[in-house]
Amino acid sequence: MNYRRFLLIAVPYAWLALFFLVPFLIVLKIALSDTAIAIPPYTPTLDLSGGWAGIKAFFQGLDFENFVFLTEDSLYWKSYLGSLKIAAISTVLTLLVGYPIAYAMAQAADEWRPTLMMLVILPFWTSFLIRVYSWIGIIANEGLLNQMLMGLGIIDTPLQIMNTPSAVYIGIIYTYLPFMILPIYSALEKLDGSLIEAAVDLGCTRAAAFWRVTLPLSRPGVIAGCFLVFIPALGEFVIPSLLGGSQTLMIGKVLWEEFFSNRDWPVASAVAVVLLLILVIPIVLFQKNQEKAEEAGK
Amino acid sequence: MNRKLSWFNVTSLTLGFAFLYLPMLILIIYSFNASKLVTVWAGFSTKWYGELLRDQQFLDAAWVTLRVGVMSSTFATILGTAAAYVMVRAGKFRGRTLFSGMIYAPLVMPEVITGLSLLLLFISLGLDRGIVTIVLAHTTFTMCYVSVVVSSRLMTFDQSLEEAALDLGASAWDSFRLVTLPIIFPAVISGWLLAFTLSLDDLVIASFTSGPSSTTLPIKIFSAVRLGVSPEINALSTIMIAIVAVGVITASLVSKRAIQRQRAEEQVGNRT
Amino acid sequence: MAEPAQQKVFAPWEDPTEKPIIRFEGVTKRFGEFTAVDNLDLKIYRGEFFALLGPSGCGKTTLMRMLAGFESPTEGHIILDGQDVAPIPPNKRPVNMMFQSYALFPHLSVWENIAFGLKREGMEKDRIEARVSEMLRLTRLEQFARRKPHQISGGQRQRVALARSLAKAPKLLLLDEPLGALDKKLRQETQFELMDIQEKTGTTFVIVTHDQEEAMTVATRVAVMDHGKLVQVATPAGIYEAPNSVYVADFIGDVNIIEGAATPRSTPEGAQVEIAWAEGLAPIIATPTEPVSAGQKVHYAIRPEKILVSREPDMARANRVQGKVIDIAYLGNISTYRVRLANGQMISASMTNARRLSRRDFTWDDEVWLNWTDGAGIVLTR
Repeated sequence: MNYRRFLLIAVPYAWLALFFLVPFLIVLKIALSDTAIAIPPYTPTLDLSGGWAGIKAFFQGLDFENFVFLTEDSLYWKSYLGSLKIAAISTVLTLLVGYPIAYAMAQAADEWRPTLMMLVILPFWTSFLIRVYSWIGIIANEGLLNQMLMGLGIIDTPLQIMNTPSAVYIGIIYTYLPFMILPIYSALEKLDGSLIEAAVDLGCTRAAAFWRVTLPLSRPGVIAGCFLVFIPALGEFVIPSLLGGSQTLMIGKVLWEEFFSNRDWPVASAVAVVLLLILVIPIVLFQKNQEKAEEAGK
Repeated sequence: MNRKLSWFNVTSLTLGFAFLYLPMLILIIYSFNASKLVTVWAGFSTKWYGELLRDQQFLDAAWVTLRVGVMSSTFATILGTAAAYVMVRAGKFRGRTLFSGMIYAPLVMPEVITGLSLLLLFISLGLDRGIVTIVLAHTTFTMCYVSVVVSSRLMTFDQSLEEAALDLGASAWDSFRLVTLPIIFPAVISGWLLAFTLSLDDLVIASFTSGPSSTTLPIKIFSAVRLGVSPEINALSTIMIAIVAVGVITASLVSKRAIQRQRAEEQVGNRT
Repeated sequence: MAEPAQQKVFAPWEDPTEKPIIRFEGVTKRFGEFTAVDNLDLKIYRGEFFALLGPSGCGKTTLMRMLAGFESPTEGHIILDGQDVAPIPPNKRPVNMMFQSYALFPHLSVWENIAFGLKREGMEKDRIEARVSEMLRLTRLEQFARRKPHQISGGQRQRVALARSLAKAPKLLLLDEPLGALDKKLRQETQFELMDIQEKTGTTFVIVTHDQEEAMTVATRVAVMDHGKLVQVATPAGIYEAPNSVYVADFIGDVNIIEGAATPRSTPEGAQVEIAWAEGLAPIIATPTEPVSAGQKVHYAIRPEKILVSREPDMARANRVQGKVIDIAYLGNISTYRVRLANGQMISASMTNARRLSRRDFTWDDEVWLNWTDGAGIVLTR
């Protein structure tokens, strides 16, 4: 029985260590290495045949040069700031779109709720790539939206949405909307309807009851939803590269290009390490929020 | 709550679902457009479907994707279920904090970083990139999703059922095989489906870990879409949306009864 | 206190030559800082229906889980049938447990649930068939054999759980709040059913409950627990009539507790004690069950039904005190009167309602006498 328990723990443990932890250490190591025109395209490489001296030489070869480079070239910090800005704005917009939907779902009759739930989840099961792609035909310069608006005589020249940050916002709102709706809905669904009635009974208007009772009580769901949108949006690659065009700077895209186009592995690794350091803050805050919500739920 | 929805709620639901579904609906409609120019309607036609089915590159990519999906989600389900069991039931052991960190971290890790780090690992291991490396990569990131799904089921699982099995003379393995597994099986299945979908859907990690001979469907779609809208991709998207829609709707109809039964069963398990 | 005669028929605990089936020797169980069971000694005999009674968190469930093997003692030994059970895992112990939640396997039928333990033993098919049928008959579940647990009622589930845990004919059956999930009426019926099945099978039963009425009804002996310690182990009558502490007296049934200072005195009838308890009122005269010293602070416990309420003092009873009726709780078969004495102390006294309501003797604000004999109450020193 004990060796079974050992196996049960050891197998997934070893798997995750090998395919998650070790790769990350490699990224860290390469981030501290120098670019070289070689295979692999970085130096130093650890040469164990050199014995202790080889290991020493290896560690002496590591430095923070790539990180210094990141601060010197404005492309990188602009991309980090751009990612933060786009993630933050699109999180707020997603909240504004998602909250009324979640609220209406929670108000709907019991027999409707499972169907509404399924309708929210269904897009999540369809390909992310296709969902992003579906907007190209709509917002492109010669796309449906512009054709319609011009046909109605509202505008004369096509709106430039494609290849601007606006297109990225639309893409993020569209693809991450379920992540915002579901936690808010589950917070609102738990809400006891008699609380609102009690607030109204005590002299609140419906709007005041919403403001003073419903909204504060749905806060854990709102916070969870915001993090669930913000965190993946920060490292997003597909949306900016399909909808954002060349002028939209997001760090996920920069990392991709650094690696695939420039083949600069050390700089790509350094970009990844810094991105992770930035992500640690919202992730820790999110964890705290979840723990608090869990405790409140007990 | 059986009251009528206010106009405000009806409006938000209508607009919300229109927003969610209209783009896909448009995509589907235009997949039947006869014109190569995607924005001009030139009559109904299914010719793009025909061209898609004759495109050997797409078919190859679809076949690679399917194989990767089945293999990686199966491995991920086994590993993820084991990990969930460890998280919920194994109690304290050395390195538990690191273990739970490694389970949850991939969920929030940007795909570009996961992809990059796995690629660098495969290179330093000297593994040739191909289907094997994609399967390894997909297994790793999807097993964490499986373990989240399964562990949330295990947490509501009445532990006295396992104790009862032990009390009646079952070994630990028997009590898992005969009692725990059959009861959590729906969660294991949904874990598998989730892993499968994520694997089918993944572009970024697959781009890093695939080799020239192992292009997956998302990679193929991405390179086609970068050049703009194409009717063939519209047709492919329609097929994929249809498969998912049919799958999800049937699954939910079929499982509706199963869920009701399971709820009734759970009320037995948990004290009334 | 003298025990009723029929209790003498089965009383292995009074026979020094009898070997107990379970012995707890100095058992302590700690969970981190918290001590759930504290240096506990206990003997349970073959054929007993033994109840562990106490409020939640008193350690009774931990005690039971140690018997089943789901917890192991931090210190001390548990001896089952002469053998230390510490190294035996739960699936190898000749002990079965009926869980509070019943823990019926939801995916298996009633029949398969009952057969589960027998199959693990590797019993042959036809013997399993026979044994399961026997269990179904015993618990009157024959027609539900093919049903799943969610297709039967709460009372039937309870019987399936019982049948399943009895199927392997354990030396010892543990029941964790077995009737807690049933409503009151069903619970009372089931109590008698449990006693009946225990007698038929002759299995030793250990039941954990927080319901004192249930413990009193089913058990041969009751152990009252508090904070991981046994406060008193005695027959139901012993626990009720001769509690050894204020805690037990207060936990079981209704009781009036009066504080006072004791003065022992000897009379021709034997030792007595006078308890000074209120200024201006005559001391309470009582027969002590344990020696008390002069001036010792004691508690005097008297049950409401041991007090006679009357218009005039009853000179045949040693204790008489006057008061005013403040509240009357009419419970149908009895009425409980809450009477305030001159010093403000409230005393409850209950009377059987032998007469119809309209002809009741006392009503609110009546001045009445409370009378009881010197042996009616108990002097407690802790």
